[in-house]
Amino acid sequence: MNRLAYYIPLVLLGILAVYFAAGLGRDPKSLESVLIDQKVPEFSLPPIAGSSKGLSNTDLKNQVVLVNVFGSWCVACRVEHPFLMDLKEKNIVPVYGIDWREPDRKAGPRWLKKYGDPYTLIGDDPISKGAIAFGVTGAPETFFVDKNGLIRYKHMGPITAQNWSRTLKPILERLRKE
Amino acid sequence: MKTLFILCLILLLPVSAQAVDPSEILNDPLMEKRARSISKGLRCVVCQNQSIDDSDAQLARDLRVLVRERLTAGDSDQAVVDYVVSRYGDFVLLRPPFKAATLVLWFGPIIIALSGLTGLILFFRRQKKYTEELAKETDN
Repeated sequence: MNRLAYYIPLVLLGILAVYFAAGLGRDPKSLESVLIDQKVPEFSLPPIAGSSKGLSNTDLKNQVVLVNVFGSWCVACRVEHPFLMDLKEKNIVPVYGIDWREPDRKAGPRWLKKYGDPYTLIGDDPISKGAIAFGVTGAPETFFVDKNGLIRYKHMGPITAQNWSRTLKPILERLRKE
Repeated sequence: MKTLFILCLILLLPVSAQAVDPSEILNDPLMEKRARSISKGLRCVVCQNQSIDDSDAQLARDLRVLVRERLTAGDSDQAVVDYVVSRYGDFVLLRPPFKAATLVLWFGPIIIALSGLTGLILFFRRQKKYTEELAKETDN
């Protein structure tokens, strides 16, 4: 019995090692959103320059939609942009945009003019009102909103053909079937 | 030589950088004080080991402005903190809350230290007993 007691520290060390190994493997940047399965937060953003309608939570209803946080300053947004255009052209899913922290009023519209506008509606978000409402930490971030107006999934970083077909498309299909 | 030494020591003093922009500061000093104390407890989600009060990140700045707006609108300190937590989770609190999920965090270190101490005491007691017995044997 007494002999076995000698192994207690070793066992404890083992438990700690497993615990730390799991913890170290996690990406501290990817935060689990507390908004999953919550109603879309109340927000109301003005239109970007040259557009007549902005974006508010009441626009996101009755169908599965994506809400994409982007900015003309954001390099990764440029990377995912052609894919968003593809979603629009092939009529796959409506994408709503939050134009986050543009250096000036014209930067966002200029960027969209140059590369194309994949968004159904866009809200201008110069002081992070919309971004904070969604608990955004960086761009791009994309939220899946279901028919009942609940946030169901948060994707951090650019959408690519690969993560779309592997992860995001199945989620979209699942939400549509509900 | 002594002056040089003192000068070197002064160089080692941390330079307290001020992230709060003068334009953000509220006119009401009491309200500003509340805003500062709330900001000190909220983590900047971009540069994760700084508070939003310390951080120069733009999102931190916008969060500081939001804290002040909500205070001006009449929110209590707790309501402001609750709002930010409802968006970013407990993670934004630099001082983790005391609840079931964080019990290990709060008590873990104490429990580990105490069990180590108990182990040490047991070890030395037994050591003492052993040497005493050994002493007896050699007496005989």
